[in-house]
Amino acid sequence: MATRPFDWLELRPEGLYCRPADLYIDPTRPVARAVITHGHADHARPGHGAVLATAETHAIMAVRYPDDAPERQAAAYGAPVALGGVRFWLAPAGHVLGSAQVVIEHGGARAVVSGDYKRQADPTAAPFEPVRADLFVTEATFGLPVFRHPEPEHEVEKLLASLTQFPERAHLLGVYGLGKCQRMLALIRAAGYDAPIYLHGALIALTELYRAHGHDFGDIRPAAGASKAAFQGALTLAPPSAATDRWARRLGDVKAAIASGWMGVRARARQRGAELPLVISDHADWDALLRTCLETQAEEVWITHGREDALAYALAAAGQRARPLRLAGREDDAE
Amino acid sequence: MQAFAALLDGLAFTPARNAKLRLIGDYLATTPDPARGYALAALTGELDLPGLKPAAIRALASERVDPTLFLMSYDYVGDLAETVALIWPLAEARRPPPSLAEVVEALEGASRAEATALLAAWLDDLDADGRWALLKLLTGGLRVGVSARLAKTALAAAFGQPVAEIEEIWHGLTPPYAPLFAWLTGAGPRPDAGAGAGFRPVMLANPLDEAQLATLDPADFRAEWKWDGVRVQAVSRGGERRLYTRTGDDISQSFPDVVAALDFEGVIDGELLVAAADGTGPAPFAALQQRLGRKRPSVKLIAAAPGFIQVYDLLFDGAADLRGEPFDRRRQALERFLRAASPKLALSPLTPFARWDDLRALRAGARAAGIEGLILKRRDAPYLAGRPQGPWFKWKRDPLTLDFVVMYAQRGHGRRSSFYSDFTFGAWTAEGTLAPVGKAYSGYTDTELVELDKFVRAHATERFGPVRAVAPGLVFEVAFDAAQRSSRHKSGVALRFPRIKRIRWDKPAGEADTVAAVLALIETE
Repeated sequence: MATRPFDWLELRPEGLYCRPADLYIDPTRPVARAVITHGHADHARPGHGAVLATAETHAIMAVRYPDDAPERQAAAYGAPVALGGVRFWLAPAGHVLGSAQVVIEHGGARAVVSGDYKRQADPTAAPFEPVRADLFVTEATFGLPVFRHPEPEHEVEKLLASLTQFPERAHLLGVYGLGKCQRMLALIRAAGYDAPIYLHGALIALTELYRAHGHDFGDIRPAAGASKAAFQGALTLAPPSAATDRWARRLGDVKAAIASGWMGVRARARQRGAELPLVISDHADWDALLRTCLETQAEEVWITHGREDALAYALAAAGQRARPLRLAGREDDAE
Repeated sequence: MQAFAALLDGLAFTPARNAKLRLIGDYLATTPDPARGYALAALTGELDLPGLKPAAIRALASERVDPTLFLMSYDYVGDLAETVALIWPLAEARRPPPSLAEVVEALEGASRAEATALLAAWLDDLDADGRWALLKLLTGGLRVGVSARLAKTALAAAFGQPVAEIEEIWHGLTPPYAPLFAWLTGAGPRPDAGAGAGFRPVMLANPLDEAQLATLDPADFRAEWKWDGVRVQAVSRGGERRLYTRTGDDISQSFPDVVAALDFEGVIDGELLVAAADGTGPAPFAALQQRLGRKRPSVKLIAAAPGFIQVYDLLFDGAADLRGEPFDRRRQALERFLRAASPKLALSPLTPFARWDDLRALRAGARAAGIEGLILKRRDAPYLAGRPQGPWFKWKRDPLTLDFVVMYAQRGHGRRSSFYSDFTFGAWTAEGTLAPVGKAYSGYTDTELVELDKFVRAHATERFGPVRAVAPGLVFEVAFDAAQRSSRHKSGVALRFPRIKRIRWDKPAGEADTVAAVLALIETE
């Protein structure tokens, strides 16, 4: 059939809305009922009445919003939940701990809302599972063919080589607090680096949460209270904003590294003040976006945020109908 | 190629000189021949490869990538070589990536068409960093903030030799410099400096601390003007003529008029200047700057700004090396040497004096165009490479100062990476707006830096990436050597060697100086 109307899924100012279930997916403002794909602040906001998410995402939200008390419903990956005659289930998205795609089955059709996702291996997140869909809703953060993320192990080698080559400098790695921080810790440990790693205060609670979920990061220490001498030649992780700003002063002579998918573009890396840019991303790169959209065999792809036009163009060229949603409120830089 | 790419990548993101030296030094010490030789040649600008035009690179990419997606990507990335490096599709079957030596040796003598075909095959086999390095190599200009001098300094340091030793033999060598590395690693003799038109390391002066004068005997010294031009070494040997800067960069092409006048056999040391239109002496530095940037100056430009050299030393008279002779002997030889020379080779006069006070008075009056102070030279000193302590002193005239308003601030790097430490300042225009006149990064204490940083954060009005616009309210007393006209600055003026002399926390921004005040300081011919 030429078109199958997905009129039960629509875009509202609050976000993507499933009408028969009266429920929003990753709404940007407080709503009565929400499904949350993952714990990043531009997807998981406080103040909703009832929230369906993975147990891990609930735990992350509880750490981030201690005063928030929605009615929490946890769903394991693959376990169906019926809400208002609509069947929902969550599938791993590979983005961060607990991240999920939302699968919605209604009126004989299946929509898959992927949230943010990646296809690269990540020891700290359940791997992405492709789900056949009639409608696939994708992100496009790295929706240009210049974004092709290298192997993360290769990037981590650069960091370790610099620690050896500049043993007198404090290496400060800027990382997003949820997901990137813990993935980097796991990658660095897997590469054989076993010296203590210092953490900015803002990264500690979520790292503890990962630990409680069975991820061991070795000798991790709070940066607060450590002497300047301790940072010399050592590795410290901090949110990107702190890594190149005042907080970094306590470390002395800093070599600023940043781990982000944006670091592949030199102007962007320079603008962020990175002396050691590491191209490591928790989002799908161009090849993975294309491959994933095609793998779902969806008749139609909706593109929520990022560089939608290039992806829509390329999908159309590959025979898949695609439509940019131009969803507001998603943060480009929080990667 | 991948190791060289990693080196370039590191250099491109590393602003600090010492860190760059270590990156280059470590690479040269650990990379085998001939790759390190070719890398050194690339960094010193001695690699002669067929340059590819941007259009050729673009055409190559358009064979592999959808043109619409390419345009969208180029628009986002902003740099052609980088866009192609990133967007180049993964080849089905990749061979091992080419080595740097393989690339250079295959390209030597290749035509542009052949080079383009080779490039496409290599791009298939390299990763994104490797592709970027290769494209930079082939489009000319690595732009990683490394001068030839810095690369040689790194090489010298990596193998524990003085850089002057490298300079001395450099021009007798060609890439990939096997005899040089053999010598540096103890596997061969020191290469012969040769009798060619090579560059010899120059002798530099130290700034004079006036308190030192009491301990120095005026009778031991000669004095001459310190010319405000570009230090050059002019070499003419066996029919080959070269004009070098003091760091050994060959600028012969930019000054054919001067090269034509090198009608002698030997090596001279002097200051390159441009003659004033009325022929009375040197024109202001800005006139010389116009010519420095031009690889192939027009006949018209040469006529309007003819170059000449104020000659002050003779290193070789014919084949005879005079560098071991005392200054007075070299000076006598120089005066003889120049007797029959072209008028474009002017003898820099000695300034007679009996007491230091005589010179003090002369220096105070030295505000003519082309002069920036005095140089003192020990009469018995040989010509020594580098900046030895004691024999030569530069005694610059006092700098000019004006008060300017801070307009923009940018964070520094390394120790300063969290501080707003780089400042752009401006002067008031007749319309009552601020026009930027210069930038400064130095002249304050660590304590002042903390205060400045606080001020910038509290008074930032706009952000442009790492740069903050600052509301007018902070005044610097800026010292500078000269003011000159500039078409690159909106204010129409530029300052030479600006540095922050004092922070004028007390001074209201409205009372800072005007563009007109800067213009009034520009020396006329």
